[in-house]
Amino acid sequence: MVSFIGRRLCQALFVLLIISVVSFVIQDNLGDPVRQMVGQSVSLQERAALQQELGLNDPLLQQYGRFLMGALQGDLGMSYYYKQPTLDVIVSRLPATLELSFCALLLVIILATPLGVIAAIHPKSLLSRAVLFISTLGLSIPIFIVAVFLMYFFAIEWRVLPSFGRGETTSFLGLWQTGLFNKDGLRHLLLPSFSLAFVLTPIFIRLIRAEMQDVLQSDFIRYAWSKGISAPRIYFLHALKNTMLPVITVGGIQAGTLVAYTILTESIFQWPGMGLLFMEAVTRVDVPLISAYLMVVGVIFVVTNTLVDVVYSMVNPRVRIPGYSA
Amino acid sequence: MSLLKLENLSVTFGNFRAVDQISYSVNEGEVLGIVGESGSGKSVSSLSLMGLIDYPGKVSADELTFMDQDLLSMPEAQRRKITGSDIAMIFQDPMTSLNPCFTVGYQIIEALKTHQGGTKKELKKRAIELLTLVGIPAPETRLSAYPHQLSGGMSQRVMIAIAIACNPKLLIADEPTTALDVTIQAQIIDLLIDLQEQKQMGLVLITHDLALVAEVAHRVIVMYAGQIVESGPASEVFSAPQHPYTQALLASLPESAAGKARLEALPGVVPGQYDRPKGCLLSPRCPYATDHCRNVEPASQGPLERQVKCHTPLNAQGRPAA
Ligand SMILES: Nc1ncnc2c1ncn2[C@@H]1O[C@H](COP(=O)(O)OP(=O)(O)O)[C@@H](O)[C@H]1O
Ligand code: SF4
Ligand SMILES: [Mg+2]
Repeated sequence: MVSFIGRRLCQALFVLLIISVVSFVIQDNLGDPVRQMVGQSVSLQERAALQQELGLNDPLLQQYGRFLMGALQGDLGMSYYYKQPTLDVIVSRLPATLELSFCALLLVIILATPLGVIAAIHPKSLLSRAVLFISTLGLSIPIFIVAVFLMYFFAIEWRVLPSFGRGETTSFLGLWQTGLFNKDGLRHLLLPSFSLAFVLTPIFIRLIRAEMQDVLQSDFIRYAWSKGISAPRIYFLHALKNTMLPVITVGGIQAGTLVAYTILTESIFQWPGMGLLFMEAVTRVDVPLISAYLMVVGVIFVVTNTLVDVVYSMVNPRVRIPGYSA
Repeated sequence: MSLLKLENLSVTFGNFRAVDQISYSVNEGEVLGIVGESGSGKSVSSLSLMGLIDYPGKVSADELTFMDQDLLSMPEAQRRKITGSDIAMIFQDPMTSLNPCFTVGYQIIEALKTHQGGTKKELKKRAIELLTLVGIPAPETRLSAYPHQLSGGMSQRVMIAIAIACNPKLLIADEPTTALDVTIQAQIIDLLIDLQEQKQMGLVLITHDLALVAEVAHRVIVMYAGQIVESGPASEVFSAPQHPYTQALLASLPESAAGKARLEALPGVVPGQYDRPKGCLLSPRCPYATDHCRNVEPASQGPLERQVKCHTPLNAQGRPAA
């Protein structure tokens, strides 16, 4: 178990290293720190001097080393636009995005699990055909159409839910601005998290259905039936537990892509999270911020995937150290 | 008294008859051996007794009764109560039959809870008793073991413990040792027969191993392509087989005892869904087949306790009667 986690951590570090290279290359090729520091009227000679002083003429590897050292100390450069350390800017937007992703994921699990199971148990029933049809449809509808659609009906036509922003937030332990603990914040969460959930729910339904169908064919399910165990127990305990093992791994990776989808969702609902920040950074050509965003998202992605693997190893008895010998 | 009785039981998948009009009965305390090559319908017929044939498989029978209760017409809930308690089954591959996600203790206690109930403490005590009964050392610690931590032999013992947990009157063992090491096989069979005698259960023992059946079974049924081709007291069937198929099974005894599915004495394989011949199902492989055999299906003949399904049953010298 310890060696397993150790191995995963090494892999994670390696991936992070690659991400840092990508971020560095972006900043190095697109960014121009000199422009950030001086105005248009500065002479070419002065620019060159400054360039030399900033170490921009050093060998690439040396520059990368500096970039990496900075990154390790939490220094991902200054935002052109905000005139603040990029990491601070991103971290201030992190709670909004994490809360949105968390709620979306919760919705996905709540929706996809029973639907996927039912579609696997009674593949011929009207309900599972409907579920499958809708999830195919869901897979092929772009998220912004769903979002606009939801916004149109719930916010504009029926005026039951707010259409943009995070609403009221409260401070949680002084380090987190949360919208989870008040009604207004929760109301604002609904539409964005539903549209975000809409991307992953069909994938999860299909995933759970396919895995469950496999599991239902297995010897131990036939054996469970022969023991006289009740149908709900067989489906929702014996089969589902075995279904969830692969779903956790594949699902965890899919969940990582949520971060990408938050860019769209947040832009549409003007949700003040990292995704919206990134879109703004792109329009403003705020290169350090773009590169820092990639770094942070990369870290989140790697951390979630590593966590997923560790959770998987804890849920699956076969990965654990044998405590008994047979 | 007859525990289980079936009359013309068939299991069909679409047009294909995996089990074709078989009839037999099992008495209290009796060991019935069922032999035949792979694909003969041994597993499908026993699954149908447990009510485990899934859609689109169809089970039909003129009679299928357990202790005089009609299994086919009784409400599903009532049948589920009998399944796993009064009739229990153990399967061929113990390593894949236990659920990998639950501990041994959980799976034993679940069976007890489903059919009998009891407090947590009682259930645990009973589970330990059962593991002791099937010869598992250090049963208290085994309760928290996962199936993958057990060897094949141990897993099969666990399955046997679960099967006898609710004191079944009938136990169906579908090739209980085929997946195990040869050295373990005898131990498991000894355990099964011990328990069967102690508890006076009816035991249906399905196996490739004719030597084993000859040793432990009271009566034997020989199946081929979903049909019973010969049946009778084990000693008689094996000393003087009347059906060419039984004769061939016996002729290849050392190989078939080692678990080989193919018969040296009879080239070819059991016909499946798409290659069922006309007339006698054995005719393409039977050394004694005549044109009559290839066109007309033989009926079962002989007294009820000694039946053979052949136009020309073999005589004591092992030759077709003229
Ligand atoms: N679910 C099923 N659908 C279709 N055919 C099946 C199914 N299960 C078993 N069969 C067929 O029924 C026949 C008998 O199988 P089985 O009872 O497993 O044989 P045995 O246990 O004697 O080796 C085989 O030809 C097999 O292919
Ligand atoms: S009926 Fe004919 S083909 Fe069939 S077993 Fe008897 S002799 Fe062989
Ligand atoms: Mg079989």
